Amino acid sequence: MPKSLTPRLAALRDEIHGYAKEFGLDFFDTVFEMVSYDEMNMVAAYGGFPTRYPHWRWGMEYEQLAKGYEYGLSKIYELVINNDPCYAYLMESNPEVDQKLVMAHVYGHCDFFKNNFSFRHTNRRMIDEMANHATRVRRWVDKIGVEKVEDFIDRTLSLENLIDQHSPHIRRNPDPRRAEDELKANERVEGFKVGREYMRGYINPSEFLDSQRKKVEEEKQRAKKFPERPQRDVLLFLLEEAPLEPWESDILAILREEAHYFAPQGQTKIMNEGWASYWHSTIMTRRALRDDEIIDYADHHSGTMGTRPGAINPYKLGIELWRDIEERWNKGRFGKEWDECDDLRARRSWDKKLGAGREKIFEVRKHYNDITFIDTFLTPEFAMEQKLFVYGFNDKRNSWEILDREFRKVKSKLLQGLTNFGQPIIEVVDGNHENRGELLLAHKHDGQDLKGDYARETLRNLQSLWRRPVNIITRYDNKGMMLRFDGATHTEKKVEL
Amino acid sequence: MTLKIHQDHSRFKQIVRGKIKANLRKYVQKGEMIGKKGKDAISIPIPFIDIPRFKYGHKEQGGVGQGDGEVGQQLGPGAVEPGDGHQAGQGEGDHALEVDVTLEELAQILGEELQLPHIERRHNEKIVTQKIRYTGINTTGPESLRHFKRTFKQALRRQIAAGTYDPARPVIIPTREDRRYRSYKLQDLPETNAVIIYMMDVSGSMGDEQKEIVRIESFWLDTWLRHQYKGLEARYIIHDAVAREVDRDTFFHTRESGGTMISSAYKLCRDIIQADYPKSAWNIYPFHFSDGDNWSADDTRQCIEMLRNDVLPNVNQFAYGQVESPYGSGQFIKDLREAVGDTPNVALSEIADKDAIYASIKDFLGKGR
Repeated sequence: MPKSLTPRLAALRDEIHGYAKEFGLDFFDTVFEMVSYDEMNMVAAYGGFPTRYPHWRWGMEYEQLAKGYEYGLSKIYELVINNDPCYAYLMESNPEVDQKLVMAHVYGHCDFFKNNFSFRHTNRRMIDEMANHATRVRRWVDKIGVEKVEDFIDRTLSLENLIDQHSPHIRRNPDPRRAEDELKANERVEGFKVGREYMRGYINPSEFLDSQRKKVEEEKQRAKKFPERPQRDVLLFLLEEAPLEPWESDILAILREEAHYFAPQGQTKIMNEGWASYWHSTIMTRRALRDDEIIDYADHHSGTMGTRPGAINPYKLGIELWRDIEERWNKGRFGKEWDECDDLRARRSWDKKLGAGREKIFEVRKHYNDITFIDTFLTPEFAMEQKLFVYGFNDKRNSWEILDREFRKVKSKLLQGLTNFGQPIIEVVDGNHENRGELLLAHKHDGQDLKGDYARETLRNLQSLWRRPVNIITRYDNKGMMLRFDGATHTEKKVEL
Repeated sequence: MTLKIHQDHSRFKQIVRGKIKANLRKYVQKGEMIGKKGKDAISIPIPFIDIPRFKYGHKEQGGVGQGDGEVGQQLGPGAVEPGDGHQAGQGEGDHALEVDVTLEELAQILGEELQLPHIERRHNEKIVTQKIRYTGINTTGPESLRHFKRTFKQALRRQIAAGTYDPARPVIIPTREDRRYRSYKLQDLPETNAVIIYMMDVSGSMGDEQKEIVRIESFWLDTWLRHQYKGLEARYIIHDAVAREVDRDTFFHTRESGGTMISSAYKLCRDIIQADYPKSAWNIYPFHFSDGDNWSADDTRQCIEMLRNDVLPNVNQFAYGQVESPYGSGQFIKDLREAVGDTPNVALSEIADKDAIYASIKDFLGKGR
């Protein structure tokens, strides 16, 4: 299995480590391990971890990676785990120049993991945690049987994206519901205080008392409704409210924890890959590269940066944005004066020789995620330079085509794709829908319809956990629609929104 | 070396197999697999092997891209990643995952699902081929087989032993005695050989629909027999009033007009068997497809005679598939049934439409001959 580095590679690592430190990168200890391509594919299939709980989809992932490698279509160069210490893998068969590039790249990632706020609440002992999860799941497999456990995992994975990505950053009051309930329970409907008994009928007429009583009753009913506010973390809601067996709860909790662990990586993909690429490029070209390696380096680097029209390459977009920010802050191209200048020539030659670029990017890597990063730093000039456009599907021509190059549209489409990692936002609205114990979800529609067949299959899986009928309110073709699965049949009906 | 993931990997394959099995009837009816056939493997779309989620329909979603081009310009095929991106191989707007299955495996699944018996071979291990196996290292041999690593290792060993190795200047020069060569042995590998002789009526009454059925059916027959025999050959005969041998492509794409003389095909089939496939060494499978219209009762008589005397005694199984067509009378299968229907090595099947292919395969292969 994984081997430690050869003396030669260990020396190279020390060299690259020195450059990374010299440039001010700040990272956890980083352990490099040598693996064969086969082991690399395995580790990659496991999401970077040496051990995961048993499940067929790792096998599927592995098959695809192994095939891609076999046919020469793809090759994994770099794999690094957010952990303290960070673990990273080097492929045995790679030439030295690639190993150096990967090491430099990895130090970039490790710096990002340690410093970016999104990762602050992630478990830094996740390697151990993953291994514990594997043990727990295997134990359930021994007890309950592989078919049942795997089937439950399949169904739960179907709901895996229904978490609240931001929840680790939100501190909620300790159970406000209970406090309010207690208050209300103590409240009795007695009407206003009556000084003279004969005035009672006038001060507190019985209709008034009745209506007050009714109000309190309704208030109590409403309090029974749960969740009190719409809840984004559907998995948590199920964990607390669904009638699960202990083993089911345990597995659900495991999957939810893993989903939360991976969420920040989804939230910072462009920044993180861009950051790592920025640093491998800087370290290699300014320090580590030998003359005879330059061609191979350039070939590999340009391969990583390659774009194709119908996709955003996070490495490319990221590195360009970092460089753009650095340049703008070096030249003072920001602030009121810059924003208000509409003389094109002046803007082009604008250079206040601030030299604040390096400092700025270090600051940005701390406090932003992809959404705020793009929102703050993607400028019209940049979008034009990088030739960004919005594309869409043309039904008439049955093909994808370029729709627009207008900056606002490009930016808003880009942001839309990043919101909730490009997944629909879905909340639990009612756990006792129509007072029949049914589950009601709501899709916060943002102009894009759900994929229908997937939605129905997902509802089916949700129902098997909730065990009562489940409903989701969404929109199709701009009309309110409620999809429902009661355990046997799917139905849909129009609803007013 | 075994990796931990192999357990998950084989579980995945097992699931795929189950999905294929469950959908086999659909695959058999649709011809789409034939087009996706590679050399030894086939890509099959598997429904719902990926995990369903609440997600956007990708076509509605669109996205942001990067590069040159005017507004309105089409993006080339493959430019847009469908679905989540990193899961490769998903069909556009489709929830199917494409998996590669070897033809060998597909045949096994077909066999299990249709409960096909294994074929009893008439001739076991008659034909022998020779195969080179590299078995070891020798001190002599042709230069083209010189094993460089072993040669240098040997030289290094000698130099160290002789004390002439200098770590400061680690130059190793092999001498004649150091040279090592790969050695091989010729192994006899027994093989059982079989030939399929496909015959098809291409007269005017056989339409595209009918030929499509023949094409699909022959794909499955091929797949199964290839699974049973190593070194399967196939010959193709088309006929209307006269018969001729053609290549596979022509076989499926020829359309002639005019009358039908089935005897012409059987005659050619007989000649091919006599010339190239001695009964003593070959397992022989003639498959004939037509819409059941023959020119005359007299020609049909000739056919039966030829079958009885020349074909049936020499082949494992003769199979006739009658593809229903609006023009055919469908008489021929009745005549065959009457004349040779009881013969054990005759399989007759009526194929009404694509849905019937599934059952027809069983008619043809269910006898295990």
